[in-house]
Amino acid sequence: MTAQLNSAIAAPQKPAESANRRRKANRGKRRSNLLTVVMWLSALYFFLPLLWLFMSSTKDNGDLFTTFGLWFGNDFNLFANIRDVFAYQDGIYARWALNTGIYAGVAAIGATVLATMAGYAFAKYKFPGDKLLFSITLGAIMIPLTALAIPTYLLFSSAQLTNTPWAVILPSLVSPFGVFLMRVYAQDAVPDSLMEAARVDGAGEYRIFWTVSVRLLAPGMVTVLLFTLVATWNNYFLPLIMLNSGKLLPLTVGLAQLQATSAAGGGAQALFSTVITGAFVSIIPLIIAFLYLQRFWQTGLATGGVKG
Amino acid sequence: MNKAIKRKQQLVAYGFILPFFVVFATMFIVPLAYSGYLSLFAHTLVGGLKFVAFGNYVRAFEDSAFLFGLGRTALILLIQVPIMLGFALFFALALDSGRARGSKAIRLLIFLPFAVPGVVAVLMWGYIYGQNFGLTGQIARGLGLPPTNFLSDSLVLFSIMNIITWAFVGYNMIILYAALKSIPPELHEAAEIDGASQLRLAWSVKIPMIRPAILLTVIFSIIGSFQIFNEPKLLVELSPTAIPQGFTPNFYAFNLAFVNQDVNYAAAIAFLLGFVIMIVSYVVQLSMQKKEHRS
Repeated sequence: MTAQLNSAIAAPQKPAESANRRRKANRGKRRSNLLTVVMWLSALYFFLPLLWLFMSSTKDNGDLFTTFGLWFGNDFNLFANIRDVFAYQDGIYARWALNTGIYAGVAAIGATVLATMAGYAFAKYKFPGDKLLFSITLGAIMIPLTALAIPTYLLFSSAQLTNTPWAVILPSLVSPFGVFLMRVYAQDAVPDSLMEAARVDGAGEYRIFWTVSVRLLAPGMVTVLLFTLVATWNNYFLPLIMLNSGKLLPLTVGLAQLQATSAAGGGAQALFSTVITGAFVSIIPLIIAFLYLQRFWQTGLATGGVKG
Repeated sequence: MNKAIKRKQQLVAYGFILPFFVVFATMFIVPLAYSGYLSLFAHTLVGGLKFVAFGNYVRAFEDSAFLFGLGRTALILLIQVPIMLGFALFFALALDSGRARGSKAIRLLIFLPFAVPGVVAVLMWGYIYGQNFGLTGQIARGLGLPPTNFLSDSLVLFSIMNIITWAFVGYNMIILYAALKSIPPELHEAAEIDGASQLRLAWSVKIPMIRPAILLTVIFSIIGSFQIFNEPKLLVELSPTAIPQGFTPNFYAFNLAFVNQDVNYAAAIAFLLGFVIMIVSYVVQLSMQKKEHRS
């Protein structure tokens, strides 16, 4: 992968500029009805399950079983369900949500700072061993994180770190992909001439980084922040093995436990709508963040895809 | 540049990479090495923990649970990954051609599942497939068909493939779409003026131009396929008999370590998994690069 990545990096293109010209070229192009229909039908496949989730979270248990999944039930129970979710076991859901926010926030900020500094150094300095260390970082992208989780668990448990927030946060601080993205980004975003000028003015290297480069790197940093935030937010395996007290769980593990309880059945049937509403509520912040931050997603994926 | 300045700059660079590599070493290299070390030992009935060299690896290749897990992963790689990437490429090309109305909304809707955490996606699909109030059952009854149990022994793997496809088509589509947008427009404008059809244009101009991005999606999909865990872990609650302990290698490693308490064997499986991923990714990369040289 290294050779190909480097050759792709060596020939950067300007997506924004060509996109503008494309838009002009697109004007006056004929539309295809067939393609429009095919594309909208496909979009339905992606959207309908989420519509089902929303509709189901507006129903009580009775309506869940008796009314059609893609439409409202007889009563609109969304707010009652949300109340139930937050009342479940003295409000443990809010606790899970808070945990998720803290783990994801701390891990993402830490990972972004580490990845930015390392990626910047790889892009802007030459030092013995730089190629080797960067290759190792790229190779690490390929190692499945879950393969590391089991030995990490054993090491943490001998250090008595399991069942603490650190057990989830510390392993999430490593983002080899973030280093790669920041290296690619820093190469174009921070001009060498600017750094030279700052040096001539007598600024030290660290000062150049904190006062000049960081500002130029900010959009790339937001992208890495988002990626690591979502990765930690969505992580299930790591908190599942590291944590066992209910109060420390993030939403993913908490919801899965709730689902297992309701699937085990018995008198717990009333839990169905709680699980479904809990799942629905948990994705609302993500979907809002997504819609607002689209630009950054696309920058990030473009950097990885175009230049990778 | 004089030597003293150069040295100073090198030191600064090491200062910048040091924090990352300290964490990288403790959270990545050390566990990896420890995993390798653990995998060389095994609990024996007499004498407790004993050095067995590659005994655990030999055991893995004779372990039908592990081999079936690998087999399921191979099926996913051969069936689900091509379907997912095929759709992603088709959608990316269709959106890039600008021929469909409402492209922006379509792009967003297809990408939306990527915002849904894996756990929630599996949970939701589990209920949709379910016998109780599942959507698939309702639709089947509405059409007068007998309801299908999508979580049965024979279908659960395909139901899982559907969940993964639903979740990741959009992600791959955006990677490919971004790559398509960066193709200089002159390249295909000329072809269009010459009257080349959209299909021809896609096949002979656009797809070859985005080969690196396609390679990236293939490699990420391979890594992802070997790591499947959430789906069996959550669906096993709904359909205990359809999902054995070794459903996927990753699920197997988890069960070995935390249910069977056989950490050494689990470490060997995890290590083996990393190794298989590296080899498969490398082979894919090599074969795609070869094609590039030929063409």
